Amino acid sequence: MLLAAILPLGLFLFPLWKITLEAPQYPTPLGMYIHINDFSDANPHDIKNINLMNHYVGMKYIPDAIPEFKIFPAGIIITTIIGLAIAFKGNYKWFLYWFILMVVLSSAGLYDFYIWEHDYGHNLDPKAIMKFTNPDGTQMGFQPPLFGSKDILNFRAHSYPRLGALFLGLGIATSLMAYLVGKKNHKNSLDM
Amino acid sequence: MKNILKSVAALVTVLIAFTSCDDTKKSNAKSGALSSNVAEKVYVAPGEHDEFYAFISGGYSGNLTVYGLPSGRMFKEIPVFSQFPTSGYGYSEETKPMLNTSHGFIPWGDSHHPDISQTNGEIDGRFIFINENNTPRIAKIDLKTFETTEIIEVPNSAGNHSSSFVTENTEYVVAGTRFSVPVPQRDMPIKDYKGNFQGALSFISVEPEHGHMDIKFQVLMPGFNYDLAHPGRGASHGWFFFSTYNTEEASTLLEVNASQNDKDFIAAINWKKIEEYVNNGGGTMMPAEYAHNVYDEATHTATSTMKKEVLVVNPSEVPGAVYLLPTPKSPHGCDVDPSGEYIIGNGKLSANLTVHSFKNMLAAIEDKKFAGDAYGIPILNFEDVLAGVVEQAGLGPLHTEFDANGNAYTTFFISSEVVKWKLGTWEVLDRQPTYYSVGHLTIPGGNSRKPQGKYMFAMNKITKDRYLPTGPELEHSAQLYDISGDKMELLLDFPTHGEPHYAAAMKADLIKERSQKIYDLEDNKHPYAAFSDDDTKVVRDGNNVHIYMTTIRSHFSPDNIEGIKVGDKVYFHVTNLEQDFDVPHGFAVIGQNTSELLIMPGQTKTSVWEPTKVGVWPFYCTDFCSALHQEMQGYIRVSPANANTPLKWSMGEDIE
Repeated sequence: MLLAAILPLGLFLFPLWKITLEAPQYPTPLGMYIHINDFSDANPHDIKNINLMNHYVGMKYIPDAIPEFKIFPAGIIITTIIGLAIAFKGNYKWFLYWFILMVVLSSAGLYDFYIWEHDYGHNLDPKAIMKFTNPDGTQMGFQPPLFGSKDILNFRAHSYPRLGALFLGLGIATSLMAYLVGKKNHKNSLDM
Repeated sequence: MKNILKSVAALVTVLIAFTSCDDTKKSNAKSGALSSNVAEKVYVAPGEHDEFYAFISGGYSGNLTVYGLPSGRMFKEIPVFSQFPTSGYGYSEETKPMLNTSHGFIPWGDSHHPDISQTNGEIDGRFIFINENNTPRIAKIDLKTFETTEIIEVPNSAGNHSSSFVTENTEYVVAGTRFSVPVPQRDMPIKDYKGNFQGALSFISVEPEHGHMDIKFQVLMPGFNYDLAHPGRGASHGWFFFSTYNTEEASTLLEVNASQNDKDFIAAINWKKIEEYVNNGGGTMMPAEYAHNVYDEATHTATSTMKKEVLVVNPSEVPGAVYLLPTPKSPHGCDVDPSGEYIIGNGKLSANLTVHSFKNMLAAIEDKKFAGDAYGIPILNFEDVLAGVVEQAGLGPLHTEFDANGNAYTTFFISSEVVKWKLGTWEVLDRQPTYYSVGHLTIPGGNSRKPQGKYMFAMNKITKDRYLPTGPELEHSAQLYDISGDKMELLLDFPTHGEPHYAAAMKADLIKERSQKIYDLEDNKHPYAAFSDDDTKVVRDGNNVHIYMTTIRSHFSPDNIEGIKVGDKVYFHVTNLEQDFDVPHGFAVIGQNTSELLIMPGQTKTSVWEPTKVGVWPFYCTDFCSALHQEMQGYIRVSPANANTPLKWSMGEDIE
């Protein structure tokens, strides 16, 4: 359980997610890393160049900072402290509660990310230089996928978790294992 | 009779059928299979890169062109000594100082012999140097940016031809004068040339980190013509060799009067010895005037400084530093083999090639076996220094390059061919015609301890019928040969720009990895740069108006400007805010008396505009930068000289 509580701290070292945009004119694709507390360029100036591309269709600039950059790190630190406290003091049942807490929070985080992406891709400047519509006449959105790959005009967008997300996932999985192992040990001790 | 006729006709038909069939087979075997094989050797598939860079001098274009080998495709023309309206080089305020000289601003040059910097006798691909013949100058081009970053004028020189060759560790880039002149220049009768004119050989030190050039010393030699040069390497590192002609010291009808002596000289200069002499305070500081122009990559601006003196050394002051090696028939090229042992004198009026031995030279000096002296400089005996002669190799030898396997390749202008021969045995191994009348030739890494071989290309002086005709004036033509086998194989013709003299070539990897993609805006220290809309402004200072302007896809900021008056001098300082590879913006305004600007990402360039007419004049981006390039435009309002139109500017809203 100790391991489970510590693993999510990897989010402070490694990016959580990466969005990559490929197009013929970009033999080196444009890319953006999403960290727990920051956006960063995959290659120098990528975010600036993504913004430049996106302004043609009226998308907002990717902000330098969003409130999540304060909330998420705080959340991770708090859950880690709780996890540590459980690891040292709590019984195995608490491991399960921590697991459930983490799954709920992570899902909330992903949902928040989706909301932002949706807004970023759909809340377009009405004076956009180029306006595209879907075949049914509705305004075309440019939301990158939450997970997976998708064609957006001349770009192919990829969105996949990175090492930081893996650490978080491993931490959560480890807590479930800790619970199962704890439960088994508890049973065994009862049987004896 | 009828039958006989019939059968004869039948026989003839059959024979024709057979012979023609046979012919077809033969020609297929010859051209079909072979030519497709040759085509494959020069084919670089779309999107693939060439294996070698070739930097080919632009001759009277004043520039340097960049090619790929084996494809023969041209990638870039680097402006060096000539104004270049394509980019605004020599027109923009930042680059005008690059073309400043002691004779004032010179818009043109005659570039000749590029040479790539070296470390330990191997080319390192950091800088490339090239000489200007007419108004003697040496330029340095940075191979990170492929831009000219420094030009130094060479005083006491005229016809800067035996240049610009670098020593083994780029300690010096060396520049010798082709025309001897009075030193210092003075008003005197031309007929008094002999004994009074001198030839300056300049040793320009190269600062290791940034390549900054400085004339360390000039050796004032007798009034011969110093034609070409090459450095010693390996054992002969520390020496420099110059071919001479007109040792007759004629000043008129040189084609006859400078061809009288059976032998001219190769001058051997022990530059290490002279360097030591000047480091210990030797030499004479003499008044001179020459420009030193340096381009600063941070400010994107060149400055020109006029230097006032130069250190000169007379050979007689440093005994044992200079010797003359008799060499037949007005030698042109003076080439040193990769080991540094052989010095080849390409006697251009001869059918033979003379090869001197560095070891023999040292031995003869040791034994003090001198045949006499010229103005106090010892002359060695021809037989004592000779290593061998390549007999009857061709007519009119000009230049020799080397491969890594002990072979030499010499161009013959008159017999229009390249001849491959063996160092040491002096036997001719192969000859291939060139089309037509070849001058220089280049092998990648050929002027170094480690030639990179594989290809050789000949740069020809006469093109005639090699391409589709283009009227009387033609581009020159180069020919690429595969030299990896025993025999040279002609692979490709490719046109070259201007009149290439020499070229330098090397494997692409070293340069390719370092090639810069953009200029970082954070490093831009241009005093008139604007980094955002907030920085953009228009400032009046008397009749001078400075416009701090930015460009980014797809607009100028500001793009509406009012309050300019006839008689103003308007400086458009344009900063390209892009930070993406290959997104330049251009700038042109109607009635511009200079050229457009082509501004790379992160760069600032300035164009001066002096409006002479009242009106509202558009300006626009000249580079198709983006989908909305056509929208990238603006207006500048010019009012009468006595008007009171207030100075205002805007972007995205109207000027009220």
